[in-house]
Amino acid sequence: MRRKTISYAKWGYIFLIPFVVIYCIFSLWPLIQTFGYSFLDYVISQGSVTSIRGGGADTIQNKGFCGLSNYIAVMKSGGIFAVSFWNTIVLWLVGFIPQIIVSLLLASWFTDIRLKLKAQGFFKTVMYMPNVIMASALSLLFYSLCTKGGALDTLFGGPELLTKVWGARGVVGFINFLMWYGNTTILLMAAMMGIDTSLYEAAQIDGANPTQVFWQITMPLIKPILAYVVVTSMIGGLQMYDVPYIIGGTAGNPNQVLKTLVSQIQLGKNSSVGAVSALSVLVFIVSAILGFITLKLMDDNSIKTRYGKKKKK
Amino acid sequence: MAQLKKILAGAMALCMAGSVLTACGGTSDSSSDAGTADAGTTDAGNTDGGSTEVKDVEPAKTDDLVNTGKVYNIYCWNTEFKERFEKYYEGVKDTALWDGVEVKWTEIPNKDNNYQTKLDDALKNQNTAADDDKIDLFLVEADYAMKYVNSDAPLDVIGEVGLTKDDLANQYKYTQDAMTDSNGTLKGVSWQATPGLFLYNADYAKQVLGTDDPTEVQAAVADWDKFAETAQKMKDAGIFMVSGYDDTYRCFSNNVSAPWVTDGKITVDPQIKAWVDQTKEYSEKGYNNGTSLWDDAWKAGQKVDGKVFGYFFSTWGIPFTLLPNTVDKALDDGGAADESNGGYGHWRACAGPQSYFWGGTWLCGAYGSDNIAITRDIMLKLTCDTDIMASITENEQDYTNNKAAIKKLTDAGYSNPFLGGQDHLSLLSEAAEKIDLTNKMSAYDQGCNEEFQGAMKDYFQGTVDYDKALETFKTNITTKYGDLSMD
Repeated sequence: MRRKTISYAKWGYIFLIPFVVIYCIFSLWPLIQTFGYSFLDYVISQGSVTSIRGGGADTIQNKGFCGLSNYIAVMKSGGIFAVSFWNTIVLWLVGFIPQIIVSLLLASWFTDIRLKLKAQGFFKTVMYMPNVIMASALSLLFYSLCTKGGALDTLFGGPELLTKVWGARGVVGFINFLMWYGNTTILLMAAMMGIDTSLYEAAQIDGANPTQVFWQITMPLIKPILAYVVVTSMIGGLQMYDVPYIIGGTAGNPNQVLKTLVSQIQLGKNSSVGAVSALSVLVFIVSAILGFITLKLMDDNSIKTRYGKKKKK
Repeated sequence: MAQLKKILAGAMALCMAGSVLTACGGTSDSSSDAGTADAGTTDAGNTDGGSTEVKDVEPAKTDDLVNTGKVYNIYCWNTEFKERFEKYYEGVKDTALWDGVEVKWTEIPNKDNNYQTKLDDALKNQNTAADDDKIDLFLVEADYAMKYVNSDAPLDVIGEVGLTKDDLANQYKYTQDAMTDSNGTLKGVSWQATPGLFLYNADYAKQVLGTDDPTEVQAAVADWDKFAETAQKMKDAGIFMVSGYDDTYRCFSNNVSAPWVTDGKITVDPQIKAWVDQTKEYSEKGYNNGTSLWDDAWKAGQKVDGKVFGYFFSTWGIPFTLLPNTVDKALDDGGAADESNGGYGHWRACAGPQSYFWGGTWLCGAYGSDNIAITRDIMLKLTCDTDIMASITENEQDYTNNKAAIKKLTDAGYSNPFLGGQDHLSLLSEAAEKIDLTNKMSAYDQGCNEEFQGAMKDYFQGTVDYDKALETFKTNITTKYGDLSMD
């Protein structure tokens, strides 16, 4: 019996083995474990050391299944989820809103067929540069700039930004903005350059002004990439940790506003295993819900209709 | 050709998959039986430190100590011990023991229990780790020493490492009390005693108080009322009495009536509350500059014109913090050790309003070590040898844990050029005698101190009220230490 075609599919699977194995061991299994831990009354004592001569007490205090009590403890008012969730969202928005506005503006300028900006490569590199620096290094830099007695205080007579609620939020937001606007700009530029220039030319001939062109042509056509940018940024934002931690420490000063979801996980990971596992699961669920909502909102059918495809009914 | 490609591709895929599955090696299972003495109990509870006498055990025989390892692993959190080790031990080490053995330093920052966590992980693997990866010596700090004293990880200094009570006779008793478990087993030794002093800027003292004489300045800060009076005078002259919120913390936290944690419950001691009230008052009245410990602004205050009158420091604070922060050019870079170099010679010391201690580093031999003979050599020379101790104190301004060495120096008319020729050792000796750690330490002190200071910062800055700050502390500390509760 002769085969009609040669199938190379098996090589695809064989080459996938390393990834799948690594993923299962280092990502999937811990993920499942985390779900499991979140239902256990599981605490590691930090006040003692595991006995190494045998016969001593163990530091792990696992009292077994405890239902949803970890979730209740974490979500109650004053619990670590309640405190950190809105902080994280606010910190993300403070950085993301200016970021998306500036990126859209820059991207549309750089791709504008009439402006024809020169030295684009240079500007792209410069804009991307902050992303190359480690977040922690950039945070330390801003910390020493804005902290008490830092350069900013010396210059402007001591606004002491980091002691004010919105000052601290602003600094964290600004660092995130600075780090990510270049990346977003380049993604959006790629999306905009993919738009057929004949559409722009036709719009110009029809007498559309730049604002109309932007809202009626550019925006609808970059929606898939825009959705991608929003979702990835949101998931990244929910996992925000290094910047607020370096600026505000574990206490998240001032007034705990720099406490983020992940900083709470980090705070308790060596001891309150059950509770922070529950928090991790909540982060997982929240990310999934927010991602789903965003994709739904972004996924209208304007693109399909524009390209002449019929709406599915 | 196609066949070859297939084989190649298949081989590569197999290699990659195989490399993933390769187990992490290291399974040498040698148990070192140097320890004959019974391991200390590991009650996770909080036995009160410093009340038990070191019991009489037969010191381990020097010839029996193992010394088979090729790498000597030391765990520490900063360079303090490393500097001492390189300067005062390398030259006198027992070269026969060190033949073919190299030292490996593992330095992990202390902050946020980082060091403890990593150290615990490493200690847990002492029985299974490869010989050259086993910890031989680790350092612990006063804030969490209890944790290791109550565990079976450290070696018995006498019964397993082989130091004798005579070797240890010159050390301050409190430094041994702190490391003695409830069975009377000594688990660690220190080269320093850490009584605290108030170090003040002599120029500002002259300007405001009209004198920089330590006795007269001491009179002006003799108790907290006088301290506040002087603070007001300083403020009128545009000088901060202390730099930040946490500066006076140790004066209070080392005079508590009960440790942070008793039977798994966290309590805020009245002394700690007194610190909060005082610091709030100082912040409102502008007696401090609102900095936090180790901050750049906090360090900047230590310059000779830093606008801060004084700092509470323990003995290590002088060589390790104040001196490098106050001089214009580091001594290691050829900076002059005289008054032309920044604040060198512009500081003086006095006892301050309340006696206290701060910190302290102990050396512990690790169970499972394969170089115990070297551990003995290090402990003997770096914590017991009177001559070496005396030269450390003389050259490094560190107050060493050896009464004979200190006495030798003070008898010979010790004067400290950094403190303008003052003999601060006599002050420290006096303060050292007063240190009593009984019922003051718990295994959780580092986390409690850090989280409490962090949470209270909000209150001092006026962002929240005390109850809110306390609530923050409670949330943080019970997350950090899931096994504790707080009312």
